[in-house]
Amino acid sequence: MIKKGSQIVCESLLREGCNVVFGIPGGAILPLYQALPEYPKLRHILTRHEQGASLAADGYARVTGKPGVAFATSGPGATNLVTGIASAQMDSVPLVIVTGQVNSWAIGSDAFQETDITGITLPITKHNLLVMDASEIATSIKEAFYIANSGRPGPVLVDIPRDVFVQEVEYEEPGELNLPGYSPNFSGHSGQIRKAANLINESEKPVIVAGHGVIISKAYDELKALAEKAQIPVITTLLGISCFPEDHVLWTGWPGMHGMAYSSLAIEEADLIIALGMRFDDRITGNPSKFALNSKKIHIDVDPSEIGKNIAVDVPIVGDVKEVLNRMNNHVVNATHPTWLKRIDVLKEDHPSLQIPETSKLLARQVVKDISDETRGGATIVTGVGQHQMWAAQHYRFKKPGTFLTSGGLGTMGYEVPAAMGAQVADPDSTVWSIAGDGGFQMTLCELATIAENRLPVKFAILNNGFLGMVRQWQEIFFDSSYVSTAYTGNPDFVRLAEAYGIKGIRVTDKTQVKTAIAEAMDHDGPVLVDFIVEQEENVYPMIPSGMTVFDMIEEPVSEKVTT
Amino acid sequence: MKSSEKHTITALVEDRAGVLNRISSMFRRRGYNISSLAVGKSESAGLSRMTFVVDGDAKTVEMVVKNLHKLVEVIKVSDISEGNAVSRELALIRVKCDVTSRSEIMQIVDIFRAKIVDVSQDTLIIEVTGNEDKVNSLVDLLGSFGVFEVMRTGTVAMSRRTSFEQDKPVSSPTVLENAS
Repeated sequence: MIKKGSQIVCESLLREGCNVVFGIPGGAILPLYQALPEYPKLRHILTRHEQGASLAADGYARVTGKPGVAFATSGPGATNLVTGIASAQMDSVPLVIVTGQVNSWAIGSDAFQETDITGITLPITKHNLLVMDASEIATSIKEAFYIANSGRPGPVLVDIPRDVFVQEVEYEEPGELNLPGYSPNFSGHSGQIRKAANLINESEKPVIVAGHGVIISKAYDELKALAEKAQIPVITTLLGISCFPEDHVLWTGWPGMHGMAYSSLAIEEADLIIALGMRFDDRITGNPSKFALNSKKIHIDVDPSEIGKNIAVDVPIVGDVKEVLNRMNNHVVNATHPTWLKRIDVLKEDHPSLQIPETSKLLARQVVKDISDETRGGATIVTGVGQHQMWAAQHYRFKKPGTFLTSGGLGTMGYEVPAAMGAQVADPDSTVWSIAGDGGFQMTLCELATIAENRLPVKFAILNNGFLGMVRQWQEIFFDSSYVSTAYTGNPDFVRLAEAYGIKGIRVTDKTQVKTAIAEAMDHDGPVLVDFIVEQEENVYPMIPSGMTVFDMIEEPVSEKVTT
Repeated sequence: MKSSEKHTITALVEDRAGVLNRISSMFRRRGYNISSLAVGKSESAGLSRMTFVVDGDAKTVEMVVKNLHKLVEVIKVSDISEGNAVSRELALIRVKCDVTSRSEIMQIVDIFRAKIVDVSQDTLIIEVTGNEDKVNSLVDLLGSFGVFEVMRTGTVAMSRRTSFEQDKPVSSPTVLENAS
């Protein structure tokens, strides 16, 4: 059958199971958009900025486990996607991005809205392709989906020139993919798996550090089985949060720069670290040459290039966490570790990192805790980056796997608005709370229009402290409280702003109003923005300064100034 | 193994536009240092073979190999610095030469089993093939006569074990004959 390139793109997306696309049209990609009405099953959500499209696709992908799809036109459309693409690459989120390119014969001539987007995204994509003939589209899209969502997931960009969209070719279903250089290993090496099980069986003070890989491979049951069988405390990474129920007796928080002190200390005291689908990020290790020197390490990850990158390991296993655990658990014997678990309890008692000071003032932490209580730990929480992100991770008690969406690797401020939108589109019946800072929120707030237009019932909690809070905290601690360019004195009235978009707005200035406002937001049948005017100079504790060790940790001073 | 040394890595890659860029971008981004790079067609149609000489310790080289592997268009990567391998480089050297120095230069060229491929009034172009050290020594020796220009291909290397003995053949002998 003869079809246009644009039609083949749509057919290919549908065949890969895609039914939602986020994007904005423009000159080069217009032929693709003009084909969309023929494909009503392909729902297009018109974002207000391309960054919103790539970040919404990220949120959508994390909730569904399917690649998120975004469209943008050539030049600025494509470059606006870049932050979302880099963000997805760092956090192993599958995206398939289709960009329009100038006509094939004009490539390289600095044509209007031309940019070398495959060149630009080369280091921030898992793979990218420039398709110069419509007959290659079907295979390219199939390849893009396969690469994006197999092995360690990541973004794949497919750049298509305008004339290729209108080119007519004989359309055939793509055959088997021929990718001799791409064969992710899922199963793990049997000998290594047995070695790892032996180490676990011999260890007296083991900890599990579970990362995003556990969520990506949906290894929740296998993780729980391992932890319960051998009574091993479970620590998660920031992106691993929610992979293990936080009301479980073995849950031991998350470690690192702003993680719970007892988690970092437990890692330090352990004799065995079982690292699952994580990458020993510098926010966890601090100074890698001084990190957890007294323990052996088992590292299970699907990406061989992560193994041995930051930390030397004793038993590396390349494979999918779920598959490897499934096999490894058979070799792990029942154990109890009573002394070690008692020690963990002592650490938790001695370092109660999650206490909220008694005060009449409105603390950001209190807001998060109240949202956690009101939603019974069952909401999908989307955050930006900074203090509010750390408080959300610390004070929300997650009970459902895969419900914490945050930009961990790239640290993308502004993630909270579009990603929450993507998460709500992915699961319309879920309760999505976007916990935002007043800084990051303003980076992507244009998507409020998209949210209003699509009647997405996202609830926004802006923890409004009138500062780029985390940067201000660094200035306070490391630069003698010299607050250069961190005060947001020109903030808009967020309630009226919401109302301008037709979104319900609520302002909370007093501690006593928090729960009522949260309940009111949840009762409302559409999007709501709650502007919580919180203490301006509340700090996130504990804190391990960048590049230092757990022994350099700063814990919350007893007389925190907000309590006075 | 010494902490920092030169390692020779070969890679079989798809012969497509942008592959070299992808590979060099990976090296740049991760901060790995390529001391030489040579690319050419391989025995199989559509595939090229690259030889990298990389400076770094064992861990760096391990990460280079893993990250090369991660690229979709890279099919096979081998670190051949440890094993028994043949490595060669070709260089063209333009050296200053007059009547008084000509015979001495010719003797040196002879010792190195190099060739004089061009003669002009006051210069010679010398072609030499060998491993990197041999080329370095010749360039050094000729330095005293005045070297104007050096053009080197970078090292190409091949493990002494043939793919026919070790693994399954990369291509059938028929294909090899056709290619030659």
